[in-house]
Amino acid sequence: MSPEMTAKISLQDVRKSFGARHVLNGINLDVKPSEVIAFIGSSGSGKSTLLRCINLLETIDDGAILLDGIDISEPGINPDPYRRRIGMVFQNFNLFPHMTVLENIALAPRKVLGQSKKEANDHARELIARLGLSDRADGYPDQLSGGQQQRVAIARSLAMNPEVMLLDEITSALDPELVGEVLDVVRELKSNGMTMLLATHEMGFAREISDRVCFLHQGQVLECAPPSEFFSQPKHERTQQFLQRVTDAGRL
Amino acid sequence: MSQPGVTRRQAFERRQKRRSVLIALTSTVIVIGLVVALVPQTPGWYKVKRSFFNGEVLSETFSGLLSAFVKDIQIFLWCAPCILIWGMTLAVCRSVRTPALFPLRLFAAAYTDIFRGIPVILTILLVGFGVPGLGLGRPWNSPYIWGSVALVLAYSSYVAEVFRAGIESVHESQRAGARSLGLSSAQTLQFVILPQAVRRVIPPLMNDFVSLQKDVALISLIGPIEILRQAGIDKSKYANFTPYVGAAIIFLLLTIPETRFVDHLMTRERRRTSGTAVR
Repeated sequence: MSPEMTAKISLQDVRKSFGARHVLNGINLDVKPSEVIAFIGSSGSGKSTLLRCINLLETIDDGAILLDGIDISEPGINPDPYRRRIGMVFQNFNLFPHMTVLENIALAPRKVLGQSKKEANDHARELIARLGLSDRADGYPDQLSGGQQQRVAIARSLAMNPEVMLLDEITSALDPELVGEVLDVVRELKSNGMTMLLATHEMGFAREISDRVCFLHQGQVLECAPPSEFFSQPKHERTQQFLQRVTDAGRL
Repeated sequence: MSQPGVTRRQAFERRQKRRSVLIALTSTVIVIGLVVALVPQTPGWYKVKRSFFNGEVLSETFSGLLSAFVKDIQIFLWCAPCILIWGMTLAVCRSVRTPALFPLRLFAAAYTDIFRGIPVILTILLVGFGVPGLGLGRPWNSPYIWGSVALVLAYSSYVAEVFRAGIESVHESQRAGARSLGLSSAQTLQFVILPQAVRRVIPPLMNDFVSLQKDVALISLIGPIEILRQAGIDKSKYANFTPYVGAAIIFLLLTIPETRFVDHLMTRERRRTSGTAVR
């Protein structure tokens, strides 16, 4: 079988510039079903942009993004059917402040999948319970802690039954004591076999949860390896420098 | 000595609060006292009092003014929903980014530029006298209709700008959040952007509607006998300006509670959706 046939997500020479700034410089990566990939790298290395491109929130300049072998980055394609299959969670939650937790989660299933209100709400309540937020179902996002908001955002994504989840630095806006509760949810997703691509600064977590860690530098994947190998024997000089800096900062 | 159970800081804050209340009270009393004492000293006060604040004329004309004001309220009530709908339509047209709909954007932009730039009173005169001049028969030559149309034309351009500001104030991340879930751009606008935009612009929108309530009186220039016209008739009849003051009082009786009510709604909404209130 060709790699395109087995890969859930396949990135082929993905390029993206903002004006004269080349943010993605030819990214190549195949993500297998149920695989968890952690993207690490300094700010501006292109992690977030890459995830936004995969979710088709940004159009790419060149290359291709394949979902189950279908090129979803084809110019002029309607992105909506593919977005339904790819969930995304953002650093700043992006919850809808005018809706309750329940409404936030049930909105897309009702409007996009055409579920009845009861069906969508029942499913939403299940998710809310699974993420330990039952007493918050009728609260508004601003009344929740950051960790709770991020769990709601994850639930909102999961409500669409996505096949792939993109997690964009989902713990970066959280107080340290709230990070754990969000990471627990990601662990649970992994144990259920969810394919995930995550951008993160939590090296410990990347090491624990990912099947492969990819180091992004100046818009390119410099190195991609299982965490045991990646953290103990980084091959590339840049990777070594980055890990050294992280270790010095006490983040590993 | 501080009282038992009251910290030094609390005692200080209480003193401070008492002091500011006292200062506010004294300065108010002084200002009002000066006005009451000095204005009657002016040479023309006696005449002004007789022709503007004449209790007798007021009591005789007030009920007539009130029933004429019903007309103002009616005009307001049918104009307001039209303005909201048309203003929202214009705002949405201006926010559309699809190239195919560019003419719509252009139209909406030109529309708001034109009607925001013309004084309301001119729009009323031009539409109110111009359109019936086409020789329309009854009831299509009614000044009520064309006066209202003029108000809708003018005010929808203000309201469209307010809505547009509201739409643009919703952060891009909200759009990203909605689109990432697979909502189409129209659904994103309908369920995510507009509800937040509308909530944010309710106070400035209310300003526009309080203005509209007042500007309804301008329709009197093209014929209808509403409160301003009625006050003018009473003025001539009694050779006295008090009916104008009466009309002003009637407007205030409506517009002040209106604004207070909206303030109340806003506070309630804020309390409902946000965790803590900052002093």
